[in-house]
Amino acid sequence: MRILVCVKRVPMTGGKMVLTADEQAIETKHLGFTISPHEECGVEEAVRLVEAHGGETVVLTLGPAEAEEQLRDCMATGADRGILLKTDGADWDAQSTASAIVDAVRTLQEDAAPFDLILFGNESADTGNYQVGIRVAHALGLPVVNGLKKIELQDGSVRCERDAGGARDVYVVPTPAVLSVLEGLNLPRYPSVPGRLRAKGKPLAVVEPARPAQKLEKLRLVVPPGQGKQAEILGRGPEAAAKVVELMQSLGVA
Amino acid sequence: MSVLVFVEGDELSLQALTLARTLGEVKAVTLDGPYAPAAWAAAIVEASRGMDAIVAAGSDHGNELLAHVAARLDQPFAANVTAVDGDVVTRVRWGGSLIEQARLHGSPKILTVAPHTQPAAEAVPVERLVVPADADASVRVLETVSESGGGVSLRDAKVVVSGGRGVGSAEGFAIIEELAGLLGGAVGCSRVVTSAGWRPHADQVGQTGTKISADLYVACGISGATQHIAGAKGAKKILAINDDAEAPIFASADYAVVGDLHEIVPAISAELRRVRGQ
Repeated sequence: MRILVCVKRVPMTGGKMVLTADEQAIETKHLGFTISPHEECGVEEAVRLVEAHGGETVVLTLGPAEAEEQLRDCMATGADRGILLKTDGADWDAQSTASAIVDAVRTLQEDAAPFDLILFGNESADTGNYQVGIRVAHALGLPVVNGLKKIELQDGSVRCERDAGGARDVYVVPTPAVLSVLEGLNLPRYPSVPGRLRAKGKPLAVVEPARPAQKLEKLRLVVPPGQGKQAEILGRGPEAAAKVVELMQSLGVA
Repeated sequence: MSVLVFVEGDELSLQALTLARTLGEVKAVTLDGPYAPAAWAAAIVEASRGMDAIVAAGSDHGNELLAHVAARLDQPFAANVTAVDGDVVTRVRWGGSLIEQARLHGSPKILTVAPHTQPAAEAVPVERLVVPADADASVRVLETVSESGGGVSLRDAKVVVSGGRGVGSAEGFAIIEELAGLLGGAVGCSRVVTSAGWRPHADQVGQTGTKISADLYVACGISGATQHIAGAKGAKKILAINDDAEAPIFASADYAVVGDLHEIVPAISAELRRVRGQ
């Protein structure tokens, strides 16, 4: 089993969005970084499949040099090695991101077995473009299923389940395949201290792809109005219960 | 400008029509039979010949289909757009917590419309497309299995009572469940809670969980991270209960009670019982 998981470094935004003065990015001076929640489940699923069936989990990201931190985090929870498609920190649109990943996959498969599965998060937490996995699948001629909450490996194929308004749609596709997963697929483990130590010694390859002209070209970011409402304080402590019930009655929910 | 709009029989498709009509003359199309994203996209691509734009709802299917369409045509695709002005689109990032203005190059313009940002249009005549004979329909829904689990659905509940880190443990949710039960509502929680394994992911309100539409959302011991607000902001009113008067949740809430949820939530349940004469 050879599995590639694609992840993206994103800031942990906390309670409030604050932009840089040029309106091109979130101010991250005081923020930590992580990967998108859906992708955490992708990494966990890959590691579990490799634990059960043997093989290797490779984790790939396109991002600045600092994104090594996220690759090491993934390796601390069980990924075997990392690929960093290093950028200068500028955003890459979905088309150029997919194209760089396709080039990397082709190179990785030149002198090794092809990946049985290539996993993506359904959409990234930040840009939410909903398309990188699908573009990669098209370019590689692989089947792709989106929005997955359950994956079961069968002989030469994979059975997938996806939420469909109170029910689950079932797909079965042959491997190799591209799968885009959602949080809830599993409960990702936390990295252990020995895991973190091992991660430091795992192999990490760095490639520097060229950034093509952007076809979905970010102009500026805006914080939507509505942040910074002033809540009406009904009271302090349990004495506020009567006021809360009055409110519920006035809203017609009690 | 001629605009091809893919619609399904849902509210979000009617909202997408509203934005599509601001772009030009609309032709609405749909498909039926087992959902097969790549094959359906092939049909949409066929139907889009000579059109200037391709639009769908920013739904699960809409975003997926137009990503396939864009990949086939090797064109850019802007997901979850709220407005279009020439080549410039306004779209949502971070589940709606941030807005982006971007230039959408390429032709045709391919975009989906962010849910609940437009009024619904009146229904229009819809042409049913046929999947081209040479399209690959091997990725398709083979069966639909029902999900076990009764109770009030989080997405549609009129009241959601939700707990965060401040609840402290899985057992701590007993008081949240009690209040939700009294109100005939659903139990929700924040991402911290599902990551800790206190509640199943199906209970999570947030950008990567369920987006609710309750009349009242009661957020207990939830700090109010943007990831959480992205799922909660569909509620008409938000009541936050938190012992930290500086918690960001109070900047997204309509009503606040400051104090220990472990005392306040049972007191609300007791008061409800009292006024009902129970």
